[in-house]
Amino acid sequence: MSNNPYRFVRPEVVAILSSKDFFKRVESKPTRASYAETILAIGEKDSRVVVLDADVSKSIGTNKFAEKFPERSFNFGIAEQNMFAAAAGMATTGMIPFASTYAVFASMRALDMVRNSIHYPRLNVKIAASHSGITPGPDGVTHQGQEDLSIMRSIAGSTVIAPADPISTKLAVWAAAEFQGPVYLSFTRDPVPVIYGPDFPFTIGKAVVVREGKDAAIIANRDLVIQSLLAAEHLAASGIDVRVIDCHTIKPLDIDMILQAAEETGAIVTAENNIIYGGLGSAVAEVLAENRPTVMKRVGVQDTFAESGPYHELIDKYGLSARHIVAAVKEVLKRKQP
Amino acid sequence: MSQLQIPMSVVDLKKMAATIRCDIIEMICTASAGHPGGSLSATDLVTALYFRLMRIDPANPRWPERDRFILSKGHACPVWYSALAERGFFDKSHLGTLRRLGSILQGHPDMNKVPGIDMTTGSLGHGLSVGIGMALAGRLQKKDYHVWVVIGDGESQEGSVWEAAMAGTKWKLDNLTAILDRNNLQNDSYVDEIMPIEPVADKWRAFGWNTVEIDGHRMEEIVPALEGAKTFKGVPTIIIANTVKGKGVSYMENVCEWHGKAPCREEADRALEEIRRCSCEQ
Repeated sequence: MSNNPYRFVRPEVVAILSSKDFFKRVESKPTRASYAETILAIGEKDSRVVVLDADVSKSIGTNKFAEKFPERSFNFGIAEQNMFAAAAGMATTGMIPFASTYAVFASMRALDMVRNSIHYPRLNVKIAASHSGITPGPDGVTHQGQEDLSIMRSIAGSTVIAPADPISTKLAVWAAAEFQGPVYLSFTRDPVPVIYGPDFPFTIGKAVVVREGKDAAIIANRDLVIQSLLAAEHLAASGIDVRVIDCHTIKPLDIDMILQAAEETGAIVTAENNIIYGGLGSAVAEVLAENRPTVMKRVGVQDTFAESGPYHELIDKYGLSARHIVAAVKEVLKRKQP
Repeated sequence: MSQLQIPMSVVDLKKMAATIRCDIIEMICTASAGHPGGSLSATDLVTALYFRLMRIDPANPRWPERDRFILSKGHACPVWYSALAERGFFDKSHLGTLRRLGSILQGHPDMNKVPGIDMTTGSLGHGLSVGIGMALAGRLQKKDYHVWVVIGDGESQEGSVWEAAMAGTKWKLDNLTAILDRNNLQNDSYVDEIMPIEPVADKWRAFGWNTVEIDGHRMEEIVPALEGAKTFKGVPTIIIANTVKGKGVSYMENVCEWHGKAPCREEADRALEEIRRCSCEQ
């Protein structure tokens, strides 16, 4: 046990990481569902919390909040622009609105409202975005928010969080509620494994080492953290010892943790279910290029739109699964200075 | 200046509107940039709100019980800045700093810089939605404040305005009033030519709003319309205020170019003279 390199990962998960049918055996849940449960609990404690929907409350699960707190639930219909600007108006009065919709609509359809009426005046609105990345597999391209992290990261003063599993999602939603100012929360449509135990330390802006390792470091977020852990377990079998960092907050970025990983391992791979332009990979590359040039490789959605398909087949086809991360690690190790 | 008598009489409101028009011309001339046309068309409406209708406290600009005002057509902010300064929210000396580096008076209004600005605006089509949010929050918090939103007719081409229109009716927000500054012009040309919004009163009626049409420059019509909107129950009210872009300055009236152009010193002096003479004749 003393040689267990995993940190905060549930022992039941560690035990089956090398299993061929890992995803069949592991307990899984979409992080949107974890959001919906958590907001219900937060709503009990804080009467300033209101939930705004745009006709996808049944999909996200916020309809449960609407049933429990009908007077604090507002369904704006299919009108995301109105919803986000109204959220801003509510926030001016001291309410804490959680405006919930899909990532494509939050980060693109209503971006002008999100930028000008929420971020510029620094209003205390929480943007709860499900269907981030190509996680809504079967729905296809129009509902796959593969750019949301890139777009949201570019807005001045934004805080952007993409939690990896239902446990860290719960902590992220609580942290967002307690944070003063706009927060963008990104959730998955498809189920992801429950990776962490209750001791997972969640602080906005603080990345977490979830596997110790010295040969290379994989910096990942959202649903690619588990893929990175699977990749690390696979590499360990061939004697390659890889660190895995859950970089749940893409902004503000944990620069110290990234530089430490670069210094101690000398080879970096980033893994994100997001277009490679402007997301986690870009953010890490910026930090390394300006502070400590290090060999690196970005795993992410390449310059393409995806398609409909079951989640696991889809992320495999588009280069986001554990085997692609393994290949990326092997590539950076070849390029790493001896 | 002597102590303001609030609420003002119609006669005093007219004088104040003239003062604000002079401020607008002076500010935009000094800044060499800004939007005089839409500021002047909204002047009488904003004056009536700030000096007669609204429950506000200049010494406590974020008073939770205050009425809210949103100038959704944020480019017309010189009229808002002047009204706030004349009402005592901040010192009038700031008016000369419009659009300058370091000024609290940005080219479009910033709620975190200016006392009394209830919402940052500038991107069109946001303000009525923000007002929906404020009105819903007021009801939820059992506060009896009223939310006033001035929108433009060009702005009404934004689809989000109509999203907000639907929401106002859904939630029966009678604590919200929209005021349409229908000055018939927008940046490029006549509203009717660029993208017609008519019949706009019918549209608002069809959306379920209590729809009132007035001359947006006659205080005798503005004041009762605003008072009526505040007490109307069941649905939100929209006051369609027929206005003249550039109102009060003959060479600016109904001239598209004065949407976003600053008068030079000589032009400004002529404008000030006209406004003062007209005010004295009243």
